[in-house]
Amino acid sequence: MRMNLEDHLKENPELKKQFDALDAYIGELATPEGSLINVLHYAQEIFGYLPDEVLEFVSSRLNVPRSTVYGVVTFYHFFSRVPKGRHTVTVCLGTACYVRGGNAVYEKVMRTLGIKAGETTQDGRFSLDLVRCVGACGLAPVVVIDKDTYGRSTPEKVATLLNKYA
Amino acid sequence: MIRNQLLVCAGGACITSGEKSVKDVLVDELKKNGIEDEVQVIETGCMGACDLGPIVVVYPEGTFYQKVTVENAGLIVNEHLVKGRTVSELLYSEPTSEKKAQTSGDIPFYTRQVKRVLRNCGVIDPLSIEEYIARDGYFALGKALEMTPDDIIGVVLDSGLRGRGGAGFPTGLKWKATRAAQGSPKYVVCNGDEGDPGAFMDRSVLEGDPHSIIEAMAIAGYAIGAEQGYMYVRAEYPLAIERFEYAIGKAREYGFLGRNILGTSFSFDIEIRIGAGAFVCGEETALLRSIEGKRGTPSIKPPFPAQSGLWNKPTLINNVETYANIPQIITNGAEWFRSVGTAKSPGTKVFALAGMVQNTGLVEVPMGTTLRELVFDIGGGIPGGKKFKAAQTGGPSGGVITPDYLDMPIDYDTLKEIGTIMGSGGLIVLDETSCMVDVAKFYLGFTVDESCGKCTPCREGTRQMFHMMEQICDGKGKDGDIEKLTKLGKCIIDTSLCGLGQTAPNPVLSTIRFYEDEYRAHIYDKKCPAHVCKHLLTYSVTADKCVGCTACARQCSVHAITGEVKKVHVIDQSKCIKCGSCYEICRFGAIRKE
Repeated sequence: MRMNLEDHLKENPELKKQFDALDAYIGELATPEGSLINVLHYAQEIFGYLPDEVLEFVSSRLNVPRSTVYGVVTFYHFFSRVPKGRHTVTVCLGTACYVRGGNAVYEKVMRTLGIKAGETTQDGRFSLDLVRCVGACGLAPVVVIDKDTYGRSTPEKVATLLNKYA
Repeated sequence: MIRNQLLVCAGGACITSGEKSVKDVLVDELKKNGIEDEVQVIETGCMGACDLGPIVVVYPEGTFYQKVTVENAGLIVNEHLVKGRTVSELLYSEPTSEKKAQTSGDIPFYTRQVKRVLRNCGVIDPLSIEEYIARDGYFALGKALEMTPDDIIGVVLDSGLRGRGGAGFPTGLKWKATRAAQGSPKYVVCNGDEGDPGAFMDRSVLEGDPHSIIEAMAIAGYAIGAEQGYMYVRAEYPLAIERFEYAIGKAREYGFLGRNILGTSFSFDIEIRIGAGAFVCGEETALLRSIEGKRGTPSIKPPFPAQSGLWNKPTLINNVETYANIPQIITNGAEWFRSVGTAKSPGTKVFALAGMVQNTGLVEVPMGTTLRELVFDIGGGIPGGKKFKAAQTGGPSGGVITPDYLDMPIDYDTLKEIGTIMGSGGLIVLDETSCMVDVAKFYLGFTVDESCGKCTPCREGTRQMFHMMEQICDGKGKDGDIEKLTKLGKCIIDTSLCGLGQTAPNPVLSTIRFYEDEYRAHIYDKKCPAHVCKHLLTYSVTADKCVGCTACARQCSVHAITGEVKKVHVIDQSKCIKCGSCYEICRFGAIRKE
C-alpha cells in the first residue's frame, strides 16, 4: 500500500506538498505519544477531510494500528471522511438556539440547499452541519458560515446570508 | 501620555455582533483626530451582557456604551473624547424607567453580581500578561511556592470549594487524594470541554482571563507534586485555544511556567489538547482517554483519576471555573472565600443566562441567590410580556425549576432536592411558548447522539426513551407511556456506566414530575398546549381576516391551500404537512395555529 501512495504522489505534486506538510508536522511533535487527535486535526485542515490514504499515512508515521486511527476518526464528530463543500454552514441547535427557533432556521437552510446535515450540495458550494452549542447563546439562534458567526438569525434571513458565499 | 482607554468587549457574542469593525472605526477616528497616542484601544474578554454588544467602555470615567455600530462608533471619539460630551444615544436605558445609565454600575444586570471568577473578564486585555500581573496576577503562585503543599491543600479544603463542572465534589478532597496517591509522574488536567449546550462560562474565562487558569494549574501542580499539565479545550472554541496558547507562551517567557519557577526547585509546564466534538469527553475518565489520543469512552470508577488517570498515573482533574477560583483563595484565604455563598456551597457561581429572557449573558452571583433574582432582577424578566414557565439547569443532565421554586436559594443541594442539578451553570429560561415535552425530547435527542455506546443501558435505553418521546410528540403516544418512561429512566440511572447515562433521563423525569399534565395532553388529547409539536397542530384560515392575497397558496409546497384571488382561502387538512410556511408568510394574521 505504501508503494502505491508514493507512486501516486509522484504524479501529483499538489498532493505531495500536502503530504509533505503533514509529514513535517508529525516530525516536529515534541511528544508523539497521544498526539493522534492533534495530528488528525492538522491533517483535516490540510486536506479538508480524512480519506483512506491519509489515515494510512498517519497510521504508519505514528506507528498506530489503522484500526485505532479509524476508530478515533469515526468516534469524533469533528472529523469528516467525505470531502466538504467550499463553504460550511453550521446551524447551532444548542438549547438556547433551539428554544429561540433554531430548528426553523435549520429547516429553512435544509429546504434552501436541498441537503441534510452531513451532506454537501452537488455543485460543491455548501456543506451543512449541525452543532450543539457554539457558546454564543446570548445571540441565539446562531448560524456559523465558515469562520463567520451570525446571531439572531431567522428563516427569513437565511437566503441573504447564503448569498454572501459564492 | 495615555489620557483615556477604550475597552472594547471582544467576547464571542460581541465579535458576532460586529466588534472587529467597530474597533477598526474607533482606531481610524482616533488617528483622524491625531489623538491615537493619547487614547489606548484595548480588546478585552467577555463583559457578560451579550445582548447589549458590541460594548465599548471609556475609562477613566467608566462610561458604558452599548449596541455600538460602525455608523455611530465615531461619535465616541468625536463627541466623548474630543469634545468631552457623553454620547447619550449609546447609553443603556432602563426599559421601565427609560433612565440612562452612565456606567455599568448603574445597570441592574451588573450591580447585583459579585465578580470573582470573572473579575478580570472584560477588564483586562487577555493577551497582556502585564495587565494580569497588575491585577495581582501570579501573586498567588508566589505565595503558594512559599507554603508547603499540605498547607495549600488545607486552604483549598477549608474554603469548601466544590467542583464547578457540575457534580459539586469537594475540590480539596480531590487534591488531597491525588497528592496521597502512589505513582509517578503525576498530572494536572483542566477540563475545558464545556459541552452542555447553553453554557459558555468556561469559554469566557479561557478567552478573557487565560492566565488565571495557568496560575491555578501551576499551584495545583506544586500542591500534588506534578510537573506536567494538560489543558483540554473543545475544538468548537478556536479563539479560546488561540488565546490560551498565547498565554502559555507569555507565562513561559516570564518564568511562571517551565524549569525552576520563580527561582524555586519547582518545574511545571502545560500542553494544550484539543477535543474533536464529543460531549462524553466532558466526563473525566473519557476526557483522559481523549488526551491520550484515543476514543473518548469512559471507564468504571474506582479507580478514580486521582489513583489511576492519565496513562494510568495519578491525575488531578478540575473544571475551568473551579481553577479560576484557586488563585484568589490562595491570595485571600479560605475565610474570604466563604464570606459569600451558602454554608454547604460557599463562593460564587457563574450562570449562562439564555433562552426566553430579556438580558442574556454571563452573570456571576453568590451561591444561594434565588431564581427570581437571576431571571427577573438581573435577567430583566421575560421579553414580550410573556409568562415565566420554567428554568432548565444542568443541560442534558439536569431538569427544570418551576415558578413554585422562584424564591428557593440555588445551590448544589437545593437543586438536587427538586430533581435537577447545578451542572456547569447553563440556565435556560422557558416561557409559555415552550413545550416541556419537546424540550425534554430535545435533551434526550442530544444524549442519544452523544452516548458513546460502551454500555447498554445508555446506548439502547436512551434510544428507546427517545423513540417513545417522538411518538408522544407525533401524536402517537399510548396509555402507559408515562409509566414506561419513568421505569426505564430509573433503570438507566441505576445501571449506566458513567455520568452521561446516569443523568440522561433527568430532563424527562423532571418534566414528568412537574408537567405531567402536558404529557397527558399530548398522549390522551393529542394536543400540544404550547403549540410547538408540529404533528399536533392544525393550521386553518380565519375567514374574516383573509383578504385573498394568495401568498399562502403560492408558498404551500404541497398545494394544500386553495382559493381564488380576493376570496377566502381554505387549507385541505388531508394534504397539509404542517410545515408552517403559510403561517410565516401571511401578513394579515389570518392563519390560525392550534
